[in-house]
Amino acid sequence: MNALHNALHMEWTKLRTVASTVWLLAGVIAVTVIVSAIVSSALSCTSSAGCHPDLTRLSLSGVDLSQAVVAILAVLAVTGEYGTGMIRTTLAAAPARITVLAAKATVVTALVLAAGVIAMIGSVLAGWLILPGHGYTPANGYPALSLADGTVLRAAGGSVLYLALIALLSLGIAVVVRESAVAIGVVLGVLYLIPILSLAVGSPSVARHLQQISPMTAGLEIQASIGLRSLPVSPWVGLGVLAAWAAAALLAGALLLRFRDA
Amino acid sequence: MTATVSRRPQPRLQAGRGGFGSVLRAEWTKFRSVRGWSVALAAAALLTAGVGLWAAAGPTNLCGPTSPTAPAPAGPGGAGGGGQPCKNSIPTGPGGEAVDDSFYFAGQPLDGDGTVTAQVTSLTGSYSPGGGIAPGPDPEAGFVPGVQPWAKAGVIVKATLRPGSAYAAVMITGEHGVQMQDDYTSDTAGLPGAVSAGAPRWLRLKRSGDTLTGYDSADGRHWTEIGAVSLAGLPATVQAGLFVTSPARVSGQGADQNAAPSAASAVFTQVSLAGARSGGRWSGGNVGPGNGGSGYPSVPGKFHRAGSTFTITGSGDIAPAVPGGVLIPGETIAYTLNGVFAGLIVAIVLGTLFITGEYRRGLIRTTLAASPRRGQVLAAKAIVIGGAMFTAGLVGAVIPVSLGPRLLREHGNYVFPVDALTEIRLIAGSAALLAVAAVFAVALGVILRHGAGPVTAVIALIVVPFFFSSALAVLPASVAEWLLRVTPAAGFAIQQSVPAYAQVSYPYTPQYGFYPLAPWVGFAVLCAWTAAALALAYVLLRRRDA
Repeated sequence: MNALHNALHMEWTKLRTVASTVWLLAGVIAVTVIVSAIVSSALSCTSSAGCHPDLTRLSLSGVDLSQAVVAILAVLAVTGEYGTGMIRTTLAAAPARITVLAAKATVVTALVLAAGVIAMIGSVLAGWLILPGHGYTPANGYPALSLADGTVLRAAGGSVLYLALIALLSLGIAVVVRESAVAIGVVLGVLYLIPILSLAVGSPSVARHLQQISPMTAGLEIQASIGLRSLPVSPWVGLGVLAAWAAAALLAGALLLRFRDA
Repeated sequence: MTATVSRRPQPRLQAGRGGFGSVLRAEWTKFRSVRGWSVALAAAALLTAGVGLWAAAGPTNLCGPTSPTAPAPAGPGGAGGGGQPCKNSIPTGPGGEAVDDSFYFAGQPLDGDGTVTAQVTSLTGSYSPGGGIAPGPDPEAGFVPGVQPWAKAGVIVKATLRPGSAYAAVMITGEHGVQMQDDYTSDTAGLPGAVSAGAPRWLRLKRSGDTLTGYDSADGRHWTEIGAVSLAGLPATVQAGLFVTSPARVSGQGADQNAAPSAASAVFTQVSLAGARSGGRWSGGNVGPGNGGSGYPSVPGKFHRAGSTFTITGSGDIAPAVPGGVLIPGETIAYTLNGVFAGLIVAIVLGTLFITGEYRRGLIRTTLAASPRRGQVLAAKAIVIGGAMFTAGLVGAVIPVSLGPRLLREHGNYVFPVDALTEIRLIAGSAALLAVAAVFAVALGVILRHGAGPVTAVIALIVVPFFFSSALAVLPASVAEWLLRVTPAAGFAIQQSVPAYAQVSYPYTPQYGFYPLAPWVGFAVLCAWTAAALALAYVLLRRRDA
């Protein structure tokens, strides 16, 4: 227990004293809120035909982009050490390598969770401020966006967890490949390519299967507020799919870290 | 070494002070001697080709055994009634493009030169609000009034009544005034404004050999020439007369897209056909495959004559066929290039590593000591990575573009025909997309000097806008179009294989492979971003200590 405590302290010190951490966390919040606000202001509901029904998802759509910033943060937490050779010092100081990885994962997850909470509150607030001005009023059948609503709370809270799981997935992949550019390429490839492919492939059943296993599409179903029965996977199962990806990546990373020379 | 400065090119460039050639060779040596990079280059080509072929082998369009020639009623890629893969027969126009050619025709053969003239006093329309066609004797039951913007009624001279044959026509349209159109893709505007009994329109089409001249008039006395077209190879005996057609009303996007059949009725008065062989009988009939035959929903037309007054109802369209969505269950050749996304990510990572690897290992100091002209180093890196990616991209694109359509057809999918030049543009354009993205990554790699930033930035600038505006399809069309105009993702326009036509009402969205910018303009936007990044990289590389 003491070893984990020391490792946590060490990881926290390393991460907080790197200038990029603060900037990237601020970036996560800014990108989430700004993109969500832009999407919210681009919507208009003048006639019933032009209204988008899934407002909750749209008002949180900044996550689609800010997950890339989360991925950078998590990847750099690992590859930064490999790039400078710091990893050898780290592992000399704390020879229990799995503990080091666990500590790293804990610290990164905690930071992303904190930034995610602020980002989601900001996004919902932006939607709450912007959407009524674009025709999404209670009179048109759209109650004001509020975290008191169970579905909105599930979507926003789930999005925070989504970002944390993206961080863990990125962390695991980064430990496996140890090189920033390759790690971030793999992470963003896994995230963005599968949804594009699922839309490209003509067969609806194959597309649905792709959406069910895609960490991004399945994971973001946590934001769905309507048509829950017709989703490829239900919201929490979708987040579970992403969790499985993250667990697999962390497991691969842990095994390689344990048995490979640093 | 004491290489002398000479104005003449030296036969063998010396290392160290040998000029740009040796810088280039040094960068090429660095590139080819890292085995992982060669593997990545091959992976980019393999992914581009493999994903494209995999996507092309995916969709199967099955048709019921009772109608082996008609496509399934389901949308593109949808499994139809079961049975065998469909054999779609979509007519092809004189220019080689897929066309819709269904309308109601009332006329007679015209031997040699002649002129067909008519006054149109009314054009009304109706459409099915729900999208369906009522079974039974009256397919238009349940239609509500409303004329389609591109409903057409007018005079036509057509080589034969076979769909896809050459024609020229002068017509009044629902909302676009008088137009003269020929061979499906050409369109010239005449008098503006809608037609009514108080404001009738006179239309005239004169045939003289292969040349057809269109005129319009508001009063039947003062005629204005709209244009003259030459239809090469027009037979001596052509079909001349009146036509009415009304295209399907397309609404909604994605899964909610709906094509509602529509019909239009026009009243023609003072109809005359003057020619060498006059006195023929006027007869009417539906031209084209009719309901469901080409994927375009339409209803049968009819025709009533009283003296020189004709009342004609028609449905369909005489226009280029539009791929994607509900109208035609078919794919464009660009569909086989979906693998370019996978190739792009490899290209971006490779481009980044090519420069950030040097910063990470300190090799950049050796590089800049060996060739102090830093601009040359940057240019050499861009040329080497660009050239290597372009070659890999060519290999990766030529395979799916040449084999993919065959796979698609074997599975019962109609593939929109394109000419050889378009195919070459798609292949070379996809390769250039990979090359420019890699160069863009090199430039950002010089600017940011660490690996994660450039990769994320280039993916966020090229792939994500495309993802947001095309794949995700949550953004309103105006924002999606704006993203594909100003971001580097505009470069995907180079992959558009079938042009958008102003004379066909259709949601020309990126989702269906239509981009807001012309192919080379869109690609130029990507190049402009890359050039700006290279310029900034050059300035920073010169100013900063390595």
